Amino acid sequence: MLRLDVNVFDYVILAIYFALVVGIGVMARRAVATSEDFLLSGRSLPAWVTGLAFISANLGAIEILGMAANGAQYGMSTLHFYWIGAVPAMVFLGIVMMPFYYGSRVRSVPEFLLRRFNPATHLFNALSFAAAAVLTAGVNLYALALVINALIGWPIWISIVVSAAFVLAYILLGGLSGAIYNEVLQFFVIVAGLVPLVIIGLHNVGGYSGLKEKVSHTALGPNSFSTWSGTNVGHWTNPLGDWIGIVMGLGFVLSFGYWTTNFAEVQRALSAKDLSAAQRTPLIGSFPKIFIPALTIIPGLLALVLIPNLGGKGANDLTYNDAIPALMNKFLPNGTLGIALAGLLAAFMAGMAANVSSFNTVFTYDIWQTYVRPGRRDSYYLTVGRIVTVVGIVIGIGTAFIASGYTNIMNYIQLLFSYFNAPLFATFIIAMFWKRATPWAGFFGLVAGTTGAAVMHFAGYHIAYFYKGGVFDPTHGAINAQMLNFYGAITAFVADAIVTVVVTMVTRSKPVSELAGLVWGVHDPNAPDPDTVRKPAWWASPKLLGAISLGIVLVLSVIFA
Amino acid sequence: MSDNPNDEADVPHSAAARLFDIRLLIGGLFTLYGVMLIIAGFFVSDSARRKASGININLWLGIGMLVLGLLFLLWQRLNPLRIEPHDEVEVRREP
Repeated sequence: MLRLDVNVFDYVILAIYFALVVGIGVMARRAVATSEDFLLSGRSLPAWVTGLAFISANLGAIEILGMAANGAQYGMSTLHFYWIGAVPAMVFLGIVMMPFYYGSRVRSVPEFLLRRFNPATHLFNALSFAAAAVLTAGVNLYALALVINALIGWPIWISIVVSAAFVLAYILLGGLSGAIYNEVLQFFVIVAGLVPLVIIGLHNVGGYSGLKEKVSHTALGPNSFSTWSGTNVGHWTNPLGDWIGIVMGLGFVLSFGYWTTNFAEVQRALSAKDLSAAQRTPLIGSFPKIFIPALTIIPGLLALVLIPNLGGKGANDLTYNDAIPALMNKFLPNGTLGIALAGLLAAFMAGMAANVSSFNTVFTYDIWQTYVRPGRRDSYYLTVGRIVTVVGIVIGIGTAFIASGYTNIMNYIQLLFSYFNAPLFATFIIAMFWKRATPWAGFFGLVAGTTGAAVMHFAGYHIAYFYKGGVFDPTHGAINAQMLNFYGAITAFVADAIVTVVVTMVTRSKPVSELAGLVWGVHDPNAPDPDTVRKPAWWASPKLLGAISLGIVLVLSVIFA
Repeated sequence: MSDNPNDEADVPHSAAARLFDIRLLIGGLFTLYGVMLIIAGFFVSDSARRKASGININLWLGIGMLVLGLLFLLWQRLNPLRIEPHDEVEVRREP
């Protein structure tokens, strides 16, 4: 069992950090006067702040520990989750989709569906998002408690309640501004905590070439440093399956669905001060995203060669998820250890706070204001937003306690919500580019896509192609779950698109006048005249930033192919 | 606060312009951490140095964090925050 050797110096560093976390909430409190201040930061933030928050909201500790684990387990193929599986979608969101989201002044992603389609589509999306968000918050909370328990020995329930109290304090006081400002700070602390691990670890194994040489002698083998080897359709050997699954399933459907329609992400861009800043939010976020694998996959591989029996089956062996904590334990002296621990705890709070701060917005605006109590004064909704924040965190605590008792139930529930996410991109892309798509086509498309993902997931367990070596295994032990997930997403996309088109043929479209600003080619008469809007400097042009980001990914992909 | 929902003047104005500058806090925290780690780096024990593969990591991380912290403070000084309220909303200043 892992137990960090934490001393007073580390605790002082942690105490300073946690004091600042609450301090940000207290200081952001004075900037909250309206519900939009509380739930959308009054749409006032500069692009570099929202851009870093955009990436931090995704940089939860489940992501960090999980990607290090994937690195140790799958090798460099894990890069697909960062490059093809994130950057193109972020660039697309910034350049193509953001004008519809920000320009139409919607306050949430579900609200876009309400205006583009109908209440049924809206409610389907708002409810599934809200439920998934509080659940994910709870899972993050539980993961945080597990780490605190393992590393410094606090009981699980104390860790859950204390961490929830910190997140509650800064969101309840500072609203989205409190959450976003903390995310920006967290980003830098996380990086400062992980960089020493990589430096010491690489120094220890003899640099990058030494790491490569040592990994080739492990079970992963020499192919683990190639991202595209073994992805031939028909006889795949890559840990992520064939290239159709990686390119279409991960790179197109899943990635675009997550990055362009997940409100926890898009909300960061909606809080930007103008359209140009909103467009640059995901683009600025894409640059750190390109290089974060150096801080997750590399430590995973380092742990694989430096930590004996990592991922072994023995009762005392560490799991792949312990890769980063194990390296911290092995290498970091007190002081640097405190920074790394602060970074890890910061990452858990980021993951939880992003979900809570998007949940309260969707619940307040999309469910309460739209269906339960419409037409009240703004101060009423500000109060509702605060109460919903408390309720969301209390549900998260409850979820965390359930998770501590029934880990498998949580896995199943998360799987269930992944069915709701899979088809979203199909619906949004059709909604934005085909003005004939009818209100009911939106609803039935989503339902069909969700059903398609679920059906494919269960059917896939009976298809030999998804098993390692193409041999069916009745115990399901050798199934490639990632690959099946990618193919499930492709199925969802196709089912959604077909049903959306077919239903459009037999139902009535919305009049074009109701679609202003929501669909490509339908001008919004309320939009400001493009000539009067101040243009960003040439170096801040969204198209240029997007092109640079894609260019870097392309070059790196060739180098690491 | 008035109870009349139709009272136009009662619609609250955004207070977003009163948001503080996060660069001050990032700069301050990293400067403080940097100084603390550099001091710890000067008094490094042999066992701590051995643990980190012979690198005095507290010193180096401290220098890195101090530099980043000072850069944030410098940026904040050279280019102070101007949060612009968005078009429809007029900012009401405290008297």
